[in-house]
Amino acid sequence: MSRIRKLLIPGVDKKLLVRDATKVMPDLTRRRFITTGASLGALTLLTGCDVVDSSSAEEMLKKVSKFNDAVQAWMFNPDALAPTFPESMITKPFPFNGYYDVDDAPEIDGKDWKLEVRGLVENKKSWTLDELYQLPQVKQVTRHICVEGWSAIGSWTGTPLRDFLKLIGADTRANYVWFQCADRDGYNSPLDMRTALHPQTQMTFKFADEILPRAYGYPMKIRVPTKLGFKNPKYVISMEVTNDYKGGYWEDQGYNSFSGS
Amino acid sequence: MSSLAVSDDRADTNDRADTKVPAKVIQPAWVRLLHWINAAAMIVMIMSGWQIYNASPLFNFTFSRSITLGGWLGGALLWHFAAMWLLMVNGLIYLILGFVTGRFRRKLLPISPGGVISDTKAALTFKLSHDDLSRYNYVQKLLYAGIIIVGVVIVLSGLSIWKPVQLQWLTALFGGYDIARYVHFICMALIVAFLVIHVALALLVPKSLRAMIIGR
Repeated sequence: MSRIRKLLIPGVDKKLLVRDATKVMPDLTRRRFITTGASLGALTLLTGCDVVDSSSAEEMLKKVSKFNDAVQAWMFNPDALAPTFPESMITKPFPFNGYYDVDDAPEIDGKDWKLEVRGLVENKKSWTLDELYQLPQVKQVTRHICVEGWSAIGSWTGTPLRDFLKLIGADTRANYVWFQCADRDGYNSPLDMRTALHPQTQMTFKFADEILPRAYGYPMKIRVPTKLGFKNPKYVISMEVTNDYKGGYWEDQGYNSFSGS
Repeated sequence: MSSLAVSDDRADTNDRADTKVPAKVIQPAWVRLLHWINAAAMIVMIMSGWQIYNASPLFNFTFSRSITLGGWLGGALLWHFAAMWLLMVNGLIYLILGFVTGRFRRKLLPISPGGVISDTKAALTFKLSHDDLSRYNYVQKLLYAGIIIVGVVIVLSGLSIWKPVQLQWLTALFGGYDIARYVHFICMALIVAFLVIHVALALLVPKSLRAMIIGR
């Protein structure tokens, strides 16, 4: 407490204050602070203008990120397939990844689980796992690329999302399919419709020919090989066809929303 | 842009005529402008790139948070994918003008191995002359031509990491996604090494720094 009082003495270095303030924040809050004191100081040196007003820098960066969404949507070729690989190249063990420990991953009872369907669709009936397992499935071996930079090749089997969207009479002129998940803190993520209709975008029920294990998103994951990993939601409990941008767990924290590969 | 190019031609004429014009332009305005924009964009790219690297390090070390930009991965990515536009557009203009005005040919060519070796020796024994700043010695020619190529490769490898599906032919050219990351990192290391030498020498020969600021 005395430390904080000391920091509030008038005339104290503003940049140092920001730096120390972010240090005492909980991790997630600190993450939301896109610009730290140190980096702002460096930028001030570079540009000669005072951008310690971090909100203006943040606004500018958000605008460019929106512009990058548009550029990526323009670059997106609905017919370009993600490269596929022989099964011998599958990464073993395939890494578990999440913002929580694997022990904290959702434990879902497949008998109770239902996929809820909402929004601009003709048939809003919920789907049991057994019903979904009846749909035709395809297998694909593709590279999962994480926003962090690492990548791993995996084998995913399931129903092409576009077939399911057709089956439920979804309005495919809508802007997004928005997924909600059972992860702690409620993971969710929007998927632009053109990507949702991409032939390789899949409702995944199996990994490496086995029922999707808990670590990889049991009972259902959405595999999108044309997007970064965080746009591949696991433990999906509902999908909503919508024209509204509803945000996402990571998207809201600053990851680029389109994040196409 | 044409008026800027004209000033370069004038500098060129001065070079060849070797006339003693007091206001001789060593670095034309367009070179100075693009140089400093590039410097700013490059530093933002490198510092945010280090923060991105830290999220999944390729080697057994990470960069200290005090020298990275963005605070965390998401922030660094925002900086990186914003500054990339500045770097790419600025770099593209530089390449086009460099070829069109003949500056690259005039300043950077020819590069002979013998010339590089003798100039390196001269530089290491502090016997390299800097009397005529408008003319590059062979070591400078090699470094400046080399860093342009590294600059092109770092942008292309970066694009291949960013778009390994849409630009998969480019990613394949680098030997796949994982190798492209190493290429991108090595290019960064080369640019940082260049930067250290470049800045040290500019400080040793301050009139070269002045020429890059006011042109003369």
